[in-house]
Amino acid sequence: MNKLIIKNGRVIDPSSSMDEVCDVLVADGKIVKVGKDIASDGALVMEARDKIVSPGLIDVHTHLREPGHEEEETIASGTRAAAKGGVTSVLCMPNTHPPIDNAPTVEFILMKAQKEGMVNVFPIGCITKGSLGVELAEIGILKSAGIVAISDDGVPVMDSQIMRRALEYTKMFKLPVVSHCEDKNLSKNGVMNEGAMSTMLGLRGIPRQSEEIMVSRDIMLAQLTGGHLHVAHISTAGSVELVRHAKKVGIHVTAETCPHYFSMTEDSVKDYDTNTKMKPPLRSQEDVDAIKRGLADGTIDCIATDHAPHTEEEKNKEYDLAPFGIVGLETLLSIVVMELIETKALTWPQALSKLTCNPAAIFSIAGRGTLAAGATADITIIDPAGEYDCKKENFLSHSRNSPWIGRKLRGLAETTIVGGKAVWSIKEAIKKQQS
Amino acid sequence: MQLRQKDLLGIEHLDRKEIELILEAAKPFKSLFTRSIKKVPTLRGKTVVNLFYEPSTRTRTSFEIAAKRLSADVVNIAVSSSSVVKGESLIDTGKTMEAMKADFIVIRHSLAGAPAVLARNLNSSIINAGDGFHEHPTQGLLDLFTIREKKRKIEGLTVLLVGDILHSRVAKSNIWGLIKMGARVRVSGPPTLIPSGIENMGVEVNYNLDEALKGVDVVNILRIQLERQQENLFPSVHEYMELYQMTRERLANARPDVLVMHPGPMNRGIEISSEVADSPAAVINEQVTNGIAVRMAVLYLLSGRFQPNKKTDRGIHE
Repeated sequence: MNKLIIKNGRVIDPSSSMDEVCDVLVADGKIVKVGKDIASDGALVMEARDKIVSPGLIDVHTHLREPGHEEEETIASGTRAAAKGGVTSVLCMPNTHPPIDNAPTVEFILMKAQKEGMVNVFPIGCITKGSLGVELAEIGILKSAGIVAISDDGVPVMDSQIMRRALEYTKMFKLPVVSHCEDKNLSKNGVMNEGAMSTMLGLRGIPRQSEEIMVSRDIMLAQLTGGHLHVAHISTAGSVELVRHAKKVGIHVTAETCPHYFSMTEDSVKDYDTNTKMKPPLRSQEDVDAIKRGLADGTIDCIATDHAPHTEEEKNKEYDLAPFGIVGLETLLSIVVMELIETKALTWPQALSKLTCNPAAIFSIAGRGTLAAGATADITIIDPAGEYDCKKENFLSHSRNSPWIGRKLRGLAETTIVGGKAVWSIKEAIKKQQS
Repeated sequence: MQLRQKDLLGIEHLDRKEIELILEAAKPFKSLFTRSIKKVPTLRGKTVVNLFYEPSTRTRTSFEIAAKRLSADVVNIAVSSSSVVKGESLIDTGKTMEAMKADFIVIRHSLAGAPAVLARNLNSSIINAGDGFHEHPTQGLLDLFTIREKKRKIEGLTVLLVGDILHSRVAKSNIWGLIKMGARVRVSGPPTLIPSGIENMGVEVNYNLDEALKGVDVVNILRIQLERQQENLFPSVHEYMELYQMTRERLANARPDVLVMHPGPMNRGIEISSEVADSPAAVINEQVTNGIAVRMAVLYLLSGRFQPNKKTDRGIHE
């Protein structure tokens, strides 16, 4: 038997409301038990004093870019970045080339992930063929091939009838419909939040209402159909309020936000740094505060990265011409620690629930996101005090389009374990760097 | 005193002292223009590249004349707007210019922040000659120069900008400059052409032009792009004229000694009546003359040679 014991860590498992200093025993890739003073006979011992032991983190919104844009990211590089970030499972978005609107592409991704992936990969399929917003993709066939949700992420489904059908049709598969909420007619050629800052910079604005109109529409369609709506990357106070209300009246809606929406505002666009350009755009401090409240009161279920790799050639240009998106896997934990935990916006169990059991429940990922006996041994050991300089050259992702480069960050994954095997160890990484 | 930065990207980044420095430095340059020889050797051996990604006659010519009157070598490069998206990247084009030892790159671009991209990637001095809807700092400075010359001060004046504020880099630079210099700034135009959050820059908004004109010392009328009508920003040119054309009758709402400005090129009979454009209150042609003096001052100061107290400084104190 291949045994591993993680000793003396603060074990936080939101799936069972556990939060105490104890040990975790793993054998043959499964969690055996969690408890005090577990005998370590024959097991590999990992000391976790002063560290947090959490179920492996699940990122429900990642762009792995393969197939089609391997210069930006591959399944190998993206999952390596995930492992470094403490993320043991990623849900990858379908805007690849070809897009994930057919079974062979799902199979290709799963096969590649099996061969080259450092962490688990769960593909998300398209809502419509080619994400063109015209005809539904073969959702049933995609489901059989292994998708865990559908989304036309990156482009909104503008046609309300098609969105209605998607929410309706997916009910038989219990698949969430992940909606990129954006009214294209309102966002038009916008590149940042509309307001005083966009006026000063002379950049075209995207009003908050571009997002909120679609959040409201999709909530109403979820109400009409009884389908499961998952609102992607919430960026405004208004969207938080809409989701809060929808949940209150019993509509099947869940939601995610991203680290940049609770840590940065439109003010950082100031110098036309294109690593502040993403969709939806960075908003204002009021939105940031509302998102933190939405996380705290459970309105927002998940924290996702929207990891969107782009090469330096693509990004280092005129603001209007640079693509939307930033990488986020490798900085996820730090932003959570610095912006949510240290500011006391969330407790550790609250924050981890949004990265473990909530994603697992929403996307029906069985046996993960928990440290329950019998679950797959995906575990993240977090050093909440671990400081580092966020440097371009240290990224494991193929792309380095991060707004946090040059900053001192705190909070990192000390060890990342997938299926009982360590796929990342900060100590090993440092050793390698020094040798 | 010197300018703090190697580039002039916007008036936003200048403080009042720097603005005053530029306006002061422009004065002796302007006095050159009445001489038979209008040229000084100040920038001899320096190279100025006018890199224009948008068609422009007056700004490019103004920069060219300014550079030539300072004895610099000038190269004009007009890049077609299609190659903004295709073709060589802006940074690579800029690096090519730098490799040719361009001391100054004067850039006009349809996208906001393009000069900032160059400034970040190059050592040459970058001068923004208008970027998208962001800023057109030398236009703002020449407007300040003109106001100060005519009114002997800027502080305490009320200045009204009329028309398409949303798409106007001239408006943005004027607002920054005027507010830093202590003027009160108003804007007037249809709500669809007033950008959101403009009040945060410290200006008053009044959609009613007749009301907005009350007590105004200076009115700066912006060019209306006729194609904006297709974006449904106003229903017709006819209606725009009805509501916002600067006519003699309308102008009577302002102070009797009001100064009328326009950055050009004018749509005569649309945003401004010929009667107003050709009236004694209008200083539109002087703005053009002043533009050269101000651009000379900017080139000169960015070359790091300006020492106002040094009598020996060639060119302007001789």
